[in-house]
Amino acid sequence: MGTRKNLINITDLSVAEIDHLIEIADDIIENPEVYQDMCAHKKLATLFFEPSTRTRLSFTAAMMELGGNVLGFDQAASSSTSKGESVADTVVMASCYADIIAMRHPKEGAPYVGAQYASVPVINAGDGGHFHPTQTLTDLMTIHRKKGRLGGYTIGMCGDLKFGRTVHSLINALLRYDDIRYILISPEELEVPDYMKEALDAAGAEWKEVRSLEEAMPELDILYMTRVQRERFFNEEDYIRLKDSFILHRDMLGTAKEDLAILHPLPRVNEIAKDVDDDPRACYFYQALMGKYIRMALILYLLGLK
Amino acid sequence: MNIDGVNNGYVIDHITAGTGLEIYNFLKLDKADCTVAIIQRASSTKYGRKDIIKIDGDIDIDCDTLGYMDENITVNRIRDRQLLEKIHLELPETLNDVIKCRNPRCITSVEDIEHRFKLADRERKKYRCVYCDTEYTGE
Repeated sequence: MGTRKNLINITDLSVAEIDHLIEIADDIIENPEVYQDMCAHKKLATLFFEPSTRTRLSFTAAMMELGGNVLGFDQAASSSTSKGESVADTVVMASCYADIIAMRHPKEGAPYVGAQYASVPVINAGDGGHFHPTQTLTDLMTIHRKKGRLGGYTIGMCGDLKFGRTVHSLINALLRYDDIRYILISPEELEVPDYMKEALDAAGAEWKEVRSLEEAMPELDILYMTRVQRERFFNEEDYIRLKDSFILHRDMLGTAKEDLAILHPLPRVNEIAKDVDDDPRACYFYQALMGKYIRMALILYLLGLK
Repeated sequence: MNIDGVNNGYVIDHITAGTGLEIYNFLKLDKADCTVAIIQRASSTKYGRKDIIKIDGDIDIDCDTLGYMDENITVNRIRDRQLLEKIHLELPETLNDVIKCRNPRCITSVEDIEHRFKLADRERKKYRCVYCDTEYTGE
């Protein structure tokens, strides 16, 4: 892979690099005109082997706001994968046409494979239930903007903590910051995997598991909600039984702190009721906006332009 | 029981008793064009019982994989009936195409690529797939 920088796992970025990206993103928000042509004549290839709305639109919007162009596909059926092309061959080909690649794939580790063969930077835009580092950057950016810091709070993570890649990436990122308490809120069937618990213990983090949202609510400074995703289950029965387990309604916020920040990687199905949207503590659409700015910063950084 | 010494070759010592044949098969010694002896359940001051394989000839030994199979093994390299080198095996840091990732969601389940693992916990003999982080303990 040489010295070319990729982003496969959030821990590929040092804390200093994340601080740098957040600094760039803050500056983009303040001075968008400075950045509007910074990626002129540059191309981003979005290789999306599975459907995605938010992440792909966010990458596309980010590159466009930097004055660059975007090419790619948004499902495996419209790529040569349907003809049996390997991930390696697809990224080698894409490297011929683009300056940077954002890749989403349903199989875990596919972007890692891609990064070994590409001759341009590769960004993991989500690999199955594994990692989703740009969502984590989005989450960190939102926490930074809402709390003014990246450590020193209690965060509750709720929903599908077993297959939810956003949760795993976020925990891995937050473990490098001080004084964070973790409350893991999930049904037993969807607990965080053992390797994440080991990581929490190895970092000396304070954490606990609870089985209801109400129990955790009064303690939280940040509530990170996640969707119970149908596509992560092997059978429909398990999905139907568990999908409604942890739903946030406005009346549950009565015991919550005034400055609670409610985050969600989106899309939501029904895990956050519509009546929560008007509450000033709901930050999930703001979070989607932050996703664009931090991806702009990331593209600039990986292209060596910032 | 007497078995001739090795002139030029290897003595694979301290093999866990009863698993010598497994090591013999892994090294494809049935196809080796040299004298090979397996000694099973020999006395060992260190382990009580052990297996030993003596190979009087040059073969390629993949010490990484052998170390993964049995980290207690000692490989003695013999030249002109003299001990040239004694290699104490240990669990290797990486394993390439030795074990297979069992995660059906891993990219290795659909693409023809090398199965690669990194040692995650030496004490518990735990490896992790470099692609999907799924752990492998051999159980």
